[in-house]
Amino acid sequence: MALLEIRALTVEFAGVPMVTAVNGINLSIEPRESVAIVGESGSGKSQVLNGCVGLLAANGRARGSVRFDGRELLAGGNAAAVRGRGIGFVFQDASGSLTPHRRIGVQLAEVAMAAHGLAQDAAAAEARRMIDSVHLPDAGRRLLQYPHELSGGMRQRVALALALVARPKLLFADEPTTALDVTVQAEILVLIAELCRDFDMALLLVTHDLGVVAALADRIAVMQAGKFVEEARAADFFAGPRHPYSTNLLAAVPTLAGLP
Amino acid sequence: MNLLELRGVTVTFRQSGTSARQIPAVDRVDFAVGEHEMLGLVGESGCGKTTLGRAILRLVPLAAGEVHWRGQRIDRLRPRVFRPLRRELQCVFQDPNASLDPRMTLVESVAEPLRALDPGTRAGERASRAQAQLDEVGIGANLSARYPHQLSGGQLQRAVIARALVVNPRFVVCDEPVSALDVSVQGQIIGLLERIRDDRGLASLFISHNLAVVARLCERVMVMFRGRIVEAAGRRALIESPLHPYTRELLDAVPAMDAGARMRLLGRASKPRPVVDDPGSAAGCPFAARCPHVLPLCHVERPPLQSAGGSRLVACHRAGEWPGGLRGLTSA
Amino acid sequence: MKSSLWRDAIARLRGDGLAMTSLWLLVALVIAAVVGPLLIGYREDEIDWSHMAAPPFEAAGHWLGTDRLGRDLLLRTLLGLRVSLAIAIAATLVSLVIGVAWGALAGYLRGRTDALMMRFVDVLYALPQVFFVIILTVVFGRGPLVLLVAIGAFGWLTMARIVRGQALALREREFVEAAVVGGAGTLRIVGRHVVPNLLGPVIVYATLTVPQVILVESFLSFLGIGIQEPLASLGNLIADGAAELETAPWMLAVPAGCLVLLVFSFNFFGDGLRDALDPRDR
Repeated sequence: MALLEIRALTVEFAGVPMVTAVNGINLSIEPRESVAIVGESGSGKSQVLNGCVGLLAANGRARGSVRFDGRELLAGGNAAAVRGRGIGFVFQDASGSLTPHRRIGVQLAEVAMAAHGLAQDAAAAEARRMIDSVHLPDAGRRLLQYPHELSGGMRQRVALALALVARPKLLFADEPTTALDVTVQAEILVLIAELCRDFDMALLLVTHDLGVVAALADRIAVMQAGKFVEEARAADFFAGPRHPYSTNLLAAVPTLAGLP
Repeated sequence: MNLLELRGVTVTFRQSGTSARQIPAVDRVDFAVGEHEMLGLVGESGCGKTTLGRAILRLVPLAAGEVHWRGQRIDRLRPRVFRPLRRELQCVFQDPNASLDPRMTLVESVAEPLRALDPGTRAGERASRAQAQLDEVGIGANLSARYPHQLSGGQLQRAVIARALVVNPRFVVCDEPVSALDVSVQGQIIGLLERIRDDRGLASLFISHNLAVVARLCERVMVMFRGRIVEAAGRRALIESPLHPYTRELLDAVPAMDAGARMRLLGRASKPRPVVDDPGSAAGCPFAARCPHVLPLCHVERPPLQSAGGSRLVACHRAGEWPGGLRGLTSA
Repeated sequence: MKSSLWRDAIARLRGDGLAMTSLWLLVALVIAAVVGPLLIGYREDEIDWSHMAAPPFEAAGHWLGTDRLGRDLLLRTLLGLRVSLAIAIAATLVSLVIGVAWGALAGYLRGRTDALMMRFVDVLYALPQVFFVIILTVVFGRGPLVLLVAIGAFGWLTMARIVRGQALALREREFVEAAVVGGAGTLRIVGRHVVPNLLGPVIVYATLTVPQVILVESFLSFLGIGIQEPLASLGNLIADGAAELETAPWMLAVPAGCLVLLVFSFNFFGDGLRDALDPRDR
């Protein structure tokens, strides 16, 4: 059975005129599978994630069906129950998941206590283990630091650690490397790939960057104006996309190959 | 004679919060741009590349060094004397949404430089010249009468380019002109810049964090790290045989867009690299803390930017040990 | 077609019931103040010997009653409204012009010039306004012009501070740098790029300044150092009314009600305008 099963998901925003950001998409993700939704700004890709877990703006509404681990997320309070537990999050801006005025160790331990019912010292040990698993050096010192004392790449590592404390089965990553420098981007991509493998985690990645897709995804869905125009295995996609929009998208990415 | 020449250019900022410590954002940079040359400048955010471009345009003051324009030293000129030179030195900014006045139509924005830099033109003539320039970059009169918030990023960036070109400059600083745009639009704007370069023979400093974008437009590329130029070379040489370890790191970071990319990445993932968080000492090589080839010497002595054969320049103590470049070598 | 930023703002304003009601009320009050006195069949200082201190609706022809001297209260209130409005709008315009120019220049130039200009503002802020007015009236006598100068001299201070803050933020925007690269001089940049882009908050603050000035004027007139008899202003009418509170409460109620209506509608309209111009900032 699929881990996440999205059926006819539509996300609309009330207003004049009403905006349909996501228009009846279907997508399923198997356990441990990495799927990427790629699209340009305004394609609605981020709203797929937000719609699945009930994080839409006040005037937004999601219709259709999203089943995670057999539970319907668009009904009742299921979405809220699954956020941060069954499904972890990383955003473009790590400060979205980190509280600015609290020490990193405290934030990690707090999630550990809530997620696993750990006592304080066990939670502190878990916090340290998570910092190690995202390869931050000087774990002892890091735990006592505040988010603003870290570089952007390190903050994103901490955000990943925070997302993983509850051992989610699925990670939602919305442009996880876009705000970072190119050399740091590569490091974070390596880390995400490694964490998905080590923690048996599936990944739903949203990005505009086909380089990120190539690095992380098993499967890819190309989104344009609220709809998927192409879905393919990543290997097939990079060997030769079918849809003209995908072809253009791939051709537009500047590469080092084929220089004069 | 070089069109533009920088000698020992240094720009410092006062570190916020703490005492009056001056942090160099650009640190003793020398380079020259020839007539019709599009010179590339690559580096990561915060490396000082944008500040360097702004220093040339006198948007930030120099702490030390000299800027020469066609043989004349321009960094000390009084504003009144410098202003006419702005006709020759123009700029394309990164974010088209921010660099156009939201209360002016595109044609008004494009006509504005003519007002100060081409005195004696009348309003009607300025508007028609602005529109002619806008037509050249593909913005028709139906679009140019609109306000920025009514248009897309790509359309706005075309207008920003038109504003830079309308006074017929000889040199344009292009500061990340495509990085705020969607990929498909990026390609169009790069194509436009290519066409302008070829048609007008414009000289330019093209600044970007994306090596692939720079390499597509510029024959010669400089790599900047923490305020210093660490390597400068022709694009082919730079990509095929990088001499500075940082250049190699940048090249490795350019994502490969093929089916094998994922497997290679997972191969790297199995041996995680430690994260380094060292600002580097002022005396030594700025890259020493991250460098896989570091020697004790690197921490105490700053390697000078020196010739590595032909027109290649590199600032690395050990560059002589890998004359064939670092691409083939595996990092330690 | 002028900027559709403005059209959007106007559309939002139209949807705001309270602001629109206030706007219509303001229009009605202004029309009443300008035209009303002409339609009433009395002269300003005409005394009706047969109806002194008449309550509203009792004496024929005096709908809102008369004062102690038998002058028509509706007429006096409308004239007072006219004077108060004129002073308020004039003082607001003065503060608008000086405050915007001062603040925009200080914010754009930054550094030592800015520090000097803003310390001057701080010094004026520190002066107590009432004493300043008293000194002015002692030196120049009492009258609407002195009052206008006295209020205008202080009214622009807050405007200058608001504008300076906005200008400081605007000068860092890339379009201002682009104008520098385009060779534009300081005055052109301030006039064409800085000021138009901070007009939104300025207009809002101006509509909120008008009622403040009305209150200050009323307060000063109430104290007897503002507008003097026989010229009416809302302030001195309220002062007169307060003196007769026990015998003729309508003499207080009519001008006070008018003041409340005026100040409320300006404030509600200003609030609505702020929301309309900057929908993010609620």
